Amino acid sequence: MISNTLSVTRIARLTLLSLGALIFLAPYIFMISTAGKAQSEIFSSSLSLIPEQWSYIENFSKALSRVSMTTLLFNGVVVCALIFVIQIVVAIPCAYAMAKLKFRAARTMMVLVMLGLLVPIHATALPIYMAFDRLSVLNSYAALVAPFSISVFAIFLFLQFFRAMPDDLIHAARLDGMSEAGIVARVIVPNAWPAITAFAIFSVVAHWNDLFWPLIVVTNQDYATPPLGLLYFRAAEAGDDYGALMAATLIITLPLVTAFLLAQKRFVEGITMTGLKG
Amino acid sequence: MSVLSLRGITKSYGGNAILKGVSLEAEAGEFIALVGPSGCGKSTLLRIVAGLDHGDSGEIVIGGRSVARMVAADRNVAMVFQSYALYPHLTAGQNIAVPLAMRRLTATQRLPVIGNLLPGQKQIRSDIQRQVKEMALALKIDHLLDRKPGQMSGGQRQRVALARAMVRRPAVFLMDEPLSNLDANLRVHARGEIVDLHRRAGVPTLYVTHDQSEALSMADRVAVMIGGNLLQLASPKEIYDNPSHIEVARFLGQPKVNVLETRSDAAGIVRFGDLALLAKRGQAPDAPVKLAIRPEFVRFRAAAAGRLSARVERMEFLGSEVIVHARLDAIGEVMTSKATPSEAASLTLGQPVDVEIMPERTVLFDKEGARVEAEPIAIAASLEKVHG
Repeated sequence: MISNTLSVTRIARLTLLSLGALIFLAPYIFMISTAGKAQSEIFSSSLSLIPEQWSYIENFSKALSRVSMTTLLFNGVVVCALIFVIQIVVAIPCAYAMAKLKFRAARTMMVLVMLGLLVPIHATALPIYMAFDRLSVLNSYAALVAPFSISVFAIFLFLQFFRAMPDDLIHAARLDGMSEAGIVARVIVPNAWPAITAFAIFSVVAHWNDLFWPLIVVTNQDYATPPLGLLYFRAAEAGDDYGALMAATLIITLPLVTAFLLAQKRFVEGITMTGLKG
Repeated sequence: MSVLSLRGITKSYGGNAILKGVSLEAEAGEFIALVGPSGCGKSTLLRIVAGLDHGDSGEIVIGGRSVARMVAADRNVAMVFQSYALYPHLTAGQNIAVPLAMRRLTATQRLPVIGNLLPGQKQIRSDIQRQVKEMALALKIDHLLDRKPGQMSGGQRQRVALARAMVRRPAVFLMDEPLSNLDANLRVHARGEIVDLHRRAGVPTLYVTHDQSEALSMADRVAVMIGGNLLQLASPKEIYDNPSHIEVARFLGQPKVNVLETRSDAAGIVRFGDLALLAKRGQAPDAPVKLAIRPEFVRFRAAAAGRLSARVERMEFLGSEVIVHARLDAIGEVMTSKATPSEAASLTLGQPVDVEIMPERTVLFDKEGARVEAEPIAIAASLEKVHG
């Protein structure tokens, strides 16, 4: 039996954890606080978390009216969804082939995947930009999505997960009459949900919050993703209006935060499962 | 007519020969056990028959068709795996239905939603459901059909795996150590069940196991594989009493067969204690030979100055029998005897004993291990042959 009484060590442990949590949450809390302050209060010398005068409505209406927040959020959803779906569609069959099929290029592919993991997007950004420019596809969803459609990280993650799947399962499926595509769709994917969930977190979080690539390929506000929208908002519309800026920031971070809170348990499960299996 | 025939199958991995030309013929309705120590290539052979692996050379004929170039699904074979390999995300009923659905429904009919709208598929699906139900009743797993593999015990999973393999009436049935993940009691029970099912279905079965008692008790014929060669294929009794190779004799039988190294004389006579064997047709004259005698045909008697004396070293009481180990005085080898408890009662540790060997149960092998046909002769006659 674990006693529920607050022993000294328990209190110490909880204090330490709360303190850590507070440090990590401080910027976000400060953001929430600032989103409710009037312009004059933000630049006052006193530092208080609770606004003296509640200006949430004012700031949020500014944030919503000055830029097209729905366009930003819609772009964010479209881009993240497209990237995620294409990454999954490409990476799962690829990882399956590398993990379970024998073919000559398997080793070379493994080396290429490793190399891919080592090269950051920043290194290839310029050549890709030039290519997109020649193809006249800048300022489009294609430009936002295409460079991320093949994720070596996804291939690597699924590869580790699939290797742990028993060979006999695939053999049984072949004897039952399934094609290789059938095996992927009917056996591999239904059993790979933990890995897919884990990858979904990495992919969606990374691309929802990505500023670097949209900044390079998008100049037209119609295709701006949320972080890029914020940038425009600050530069063009808000100027020094930090209250409205924070309100806008709050709006664009809200989808991910709520998604995480709703599916917290599953997310953690997914990550720990892949961790154990890999 | 043979329903399954394998001819000269070879396979090597990176210069390592796993199968060195294995040939085998199975008759209709036959149960053949492939038995051998781990790493002898028996599982590889099974996988090659199934089409999950490809041999380097050789021919596989199933039901009169050469299948060596066909993929697994087209060979019409079913397999039960050691790990059962049930689909973890499907219920037992869905697991059993998969091979039927894959064969009877077209690709479009199998599609979710759209498939349900196509004509004809409803009839096929209810047919499949009926067959699954029948199969489940036959294997007494009808109460498990809605459970997922994770919610079943090992024995239940094994039955579901059997049902999935049997439901589509394959031409050949392959089993890869299907009982090795069960506990000992359940295993003996499941043995009987598999044999019963096999009799009822009448599908020729290739059953891989490393457990010799499984092979001997279940199979119509036993194939002993050692080091990538199929050394002997015969009925359990024949293979036990009349091994064609010393490795077969060594592999089968518990406790292990006694092997004594000796020499034949110029006339091809092998003498050992009271025993004299004459190799047929002048085989192995004046050559090193090996004598193999099963422990049940060796008896130790309290010493009465026979020709072959030994000392009792160790006794293992097993309930219905006692295994006695005694070291031969002459050559320092240990011989094993299987005795009844009453016979063993007169023996004590360290006691000098006479070794009696049943001559007609002794088999002779040459130094490579190949069988040498020999017949026992009277000791007097053997002396005559030499001196006369």
